[in-house]
Amino acid sequence: MLEVKGVCKTFDKTTEVLKGIDLKINKGDVTAILGPSGSGKTTLLRCINFLEHADAGTMIFDGQTYDMHSISRGDIAKIRRKTAFVFQNYNLFLNKTVLQNVTLGLISGRKMPKGEAEDAAVRALTRVGMADKLSSYPQQLSGGQQQRVAIARGLAANPEIIYFDEPTSALDPELIGEVLNVMRRLADEGMTMLVVTHEMEFARNVSSQVLFMDRGSVIEAAPSREFFSNPKEERTRSFIRSILTKGGTEHAEN
Amino acid sequence: MNERVVRILSEAFPQLIEKFVTVTIPLTAMSFALALVIAVIVAMIQYAHVKVLTPICRIYIWIIRCTPLLVQLYLVFYGLPSLGILLDAYPTAVLVFGINEGAYMAESMRGALEAVPAGQLEAGYCVSMSYLSTMWHVILPQAFRTAFPALSNSLISMVKGTSLASVITVTEMFRQAIVINGRYYESLALYSEVAVVYLAFCSILTLIQRWGEKKLGAYGGTR
Repeated sequence: MLEVKGVCKTFDKTTEVLKGIDLKINKGDVTAILGPSGSGKTTLLRCINFLEHADAGTMIFDGQTYDMHSISRGDIAKIRRKTAFVFQNYNLFLNKTVLQNVTLGLISGRKMPKGEAEDAAVRALTRVGMADKLSSYPQQLSGGQQQRVAIARGLAANPEIIYFDEPTSALDPELIGEVLNVMRRLADEGMTMLVVTHEMEFARNVSSQVLFMDRGSVIEAAPSREFFSNPKEERTRSFIRSILTKGGTEHAEN
Repeated sequence: MNERVVRILSEAFPQLIEKFVTVTIPLTAMSFALALVIAVIVAMIQYAHVKVLTPICRIYIWIIRCTPLLVQLYLVFYGLPSLGILLDAYPTAVLVFGINEGAYMAESMRGALEAVPAGQLEAGYCVSMSYLSTMWHVILPQAFRTAFPALSNSLISMVKGTSLASVITVTEMFRQAIVINGRYYESLALYSEVAVVYLAFCSILTLIQRWGEKKLGAYGGTR
């Protein structure tokens, strides 16, 4: 349902961050993008949702082909209506309550009637276990709760795919579990997800395929079981080894 | 204080208050409203880096902030007629005060807009909101909260600044005091009385500002 080919991005004319990335996602796939920090994972995800402007690349979304460099605003808006994006820092609207955070995009972005939007919002917030905090403001919530609201904000519009940009990297260790649990449940329900992450457990146990990136290129792409049990590339092997010796999980970094 | 001064002051008081209520306050309100509109537009143009308009906004702020308000009043009221542009005193005052304070407030607003985390706008895009819609519902409300103390400053400063309108024949409170003083020559007493009225009103505004800041305080709480 989503395929990108040859995505290139250079910052400041000299720093080549993405050197021709290919990626293919089928409906229901949970794809984890792994790699050391600075490998371009986040930039790739941002290019795929057009938060960054790719220098080159082709996107096939729902059977339609788009040039990622010259894509029109209208096409970007059309694609974004079918996607959701979860940020590392949540980016909840700070001046809105939990309920308003979820309804705002539905009402003012998608022109849904208010009552209908609130119903959809409550349903989405129930799925992430945040329906009892409807009138709280983001700053009154823990990081984990904020991230769950952010996931609900994405879910409420019934996206075809959800992008996660290191969704647990800004969280205190004891709050990571609640967010991963929500993501695991979504995966079980068949949601298509593309997840930039440092969570090895999640990549190993939840994702169906893994994309390993380093210095702007895809080093290895494989079904996750194969990726972890039988990595083909030497760089992949040393990455997995370095992660495992650090004790399984790794957080932080950009 | 002798009886004469007391009588002059108590006679002058209602006249001063009348001019304060019917001229000074409306003049301030209209000028401030104009300044606010200018400030938001000028700040948003710069925030969005709109081509051509952004340098024009910078030039506007540069010229207005680097010339005296009094000179601007004289220029428009006494200078422009020689170009065939004739404005009444009152509209001139509203225009000049609004355009003048607008430049300062635009800078307060721009700073406040830039202080809103960039992720807020991106989050708007990601839930299919347009740029303007995100600005309206998310960015501007947050920016207003940040700019509130600075904007209150501008309002208080403007209340007192309207006394300058006296030099272009607008009979606001201060000019009224000058007129009364022309009759009695009690400068110390009369101008003190005027000062006290400004002080009292601006004190109220200060209290409202404090109350407003508490009300706006971190989102969460009673809102």
